[in-house]
Amino acid sequence: MAVTSNWCRCTSCHAGYGWKDKSYDFSPEKIDCLVCHDITGTYKKFPTDCGYPPLKDKVFAGKKLFKAVNLSYVAQHVGRSSRESCGKCHFYSGGGDGVKRGDIDSTLIAPSKELDVHMDAKGLNFTCATCHTTTAHEIDGRHYDTPAPGKRRLALPEDDGHRVRCEACHGARPHRDEKRLFSLRHLKLNDHTDRVACQTCHVPLYGRGLPTNTYWDWSTAGRFKDGKPIVEMGPLGRPVYHTKKGTLKWGKNLVPEYRWYNGAMSYLLPGEPLRTNEKGQVVLIAPEGSPDDPDSRIFPFKPHYGRQPYDPVRKTMVIPKLFGKKGSGAFWADYDWQKAVAAGMAEAGLPFSGKVDFIETVYYLPLSHMVPPKEKALQCVACHVREGGRLAAIQGVYIPARDRFVSVDRIGRALCLVLLSFVLVHGLARIIIGLKRK
Amino acid sequence: MKQRLYLYSRFERFWHWTQAALIILLLLSGFEIHGSLEIWGFEQAFYLHVYCGFGLIVLTAFAVFWHLTTGAWRHYWPVKEKIPQICYYYLVGIFRGEPHPFEKRPDQKLNPLQRLAYMFLKLVLFPLQFVTGVLLFLYQWWPKLGVKATFSGLAYWHLIGAYAFLLFLILHAYLATTGRPWYNHLRGMILGWEEVCV
Repeated sequence: MAVTSNWCRCTSCHAGYGWKDKSYDFSPEKIDCLVCHDITGTYKKFPTDCGYPPLKDKVFAGKKLFKAVNLSYVAQHVGRSSRESCGKCHFYSGGGDGVKRGDIDSTLIAPSKELDVHMDAKGLNFTCATCHTTTAHEIDGRHYDTPAPGKRRLALPEDDGHRVRCEACHGARPHRDEKRLFSLRHLKLNDHTDRVACQTCHVPLYGRGLPTNTYWDWSTAGRFKDGKPIVEMGPLGRPVYHTKKGTLKWGKNLVPEYRWYNGAMSYLLPGEPLRTNEKGQVVLIAPEGSPDDPDSRIFPFKPHYGRQPYDPVRKTMVIPKLFGKKGSGAFWADYDWQKAVAAGMAEAGLPFSGKVDFIETVYYLPLSHMVPPKEKALQCVACHVREGGRLAAIQGVYIPARDRFVSVDRIGRALCLVLLSFVLVHGLARIIIGLKRK
Repeated sequence: MKQRLYLYSRFERFWHWTQAALIILLLLSGFEIHGSLEIWGFEQAFYLHVYCGFGLIVLTAFAVFWHLTTGAWRHYWPVKEKIPQICYYYLVGIFRGEPHPFEKRPDQKLNPLQRLAYMFLKLVLFPLQFVTGVLLFLYQWWPKLGVKATFSGLAYWHLIGAYAFLLFLILHAYLATTGRPWYNHLRGMILGWEEVCV
């Protein structure tokens, strides 16, 4: 799945004011100022208008009315970005509220302290930009091949303008007792920060606001009932089947998956040979990092699983054309994967064998948002347990209680048992002989 | 003829029993941290282990000072006499009602086997556990202290030390019951006075 060939649908968020084909000019003047700086809340882009707002009243998908934007009114009411303005795209990534991210959704517009200590509307009331600092409109916090800027240290006194990392405000040894001068608990917690990211303990669950999509099977898309599209709702109030999208699974309050992470993600790009994990899933986006890299930390992720079209002959992922008019090959108009992929790959300029099959996929989303109050952070025993701990699969680090030295334990235990039996026999013999003597 | 001797001074008895309690708590909490036991929960076990560990270090520091200043360290000086006889006694003689080949006296309270065992305990096991334990605790300071070690490597040696302590504890507790009557040594260690055959 990709933006390519679906321009006018995807570019309502994937930034580009009027990005309607691949020849789009990405020069800075084409950046839409209002999408971030509108404070009236009336500047909305029509979902299928290539990144343009509606200039007259328009109905989307026969249901939702998008009112014409009064551009002069909006232009007179510009200001700083807000949770709402950022959220217009980011809360809805994946095509709906909370679908893709798992740690960001519309509940963050006015969250409680319980949901997010930083954005707590009645407390700290952070906006996104409080942490996602900008220098000349470059926003911190990307996870592409270059990690989020800023060092893992306090942002002050040498303010380099980057505050996106937790450590920028909290420091590298952030735990401190509020009353006592010395606290063993906090001392030990601070000992973790060289290998464990703050998020690992402090984002104990994801999907805490709204349900988030966990599995998306495109292969079943395109079924109709009596010639009409199907939308079947599940227990979480989210569709479990949708004719356009296929079979969907959702979750709430889910336990993250933990990986070594240095702040960068590696992406499988269109046309690149498939890379699969031990479960046979194609890994589309994976965190980079390893225990040998001092800049890597153990970090929580939402794994987003799916079943997506690929080319079984060339062994590459494919880009289907989803959005378009009838007869254009677009899947959401013609419901034919073969045609949709042929159209999409042609527009992307990539080779396609003509065969389409589906393959299990996974990609990883780093979890940094929706930090609950510290009382909800993970306790020691969440990881320091022999089996079933949160970090059970993490390699390259010795975790007391999880790890052991099997041979030392075996020999030590055997020696103790031998000695114990010896003294028991010795003692018993003494008692028996003692009794006889009497 | 039996004689009551004052063998263990007040400090020695305090030291011995405090040390015993600390070592038992360290073993229990340590094996819980290692994941072998479940008693207090990992977090509480960790705190207990650290506090007991530092307690034992402080106690040992006092004990070292006491032994050096009173000259009591001489009791641990190894001698090679009678070692075979003592081994024979514990394997055979004890069952025949023979007397212990070693004669306890206020100026030689420990038999040659005890001297070796306690010497090993104090010169090898205590330092091993103290050094590995303190380093594991000071994990974040290694770069400043110039320590080049791995966490798992230290944990490995600390665990071996723990099993050695456990073995010592089993044997030591059993041998404490081999007096005549069986509680004679225990009573001596509690009250200070022990009945000794002269």
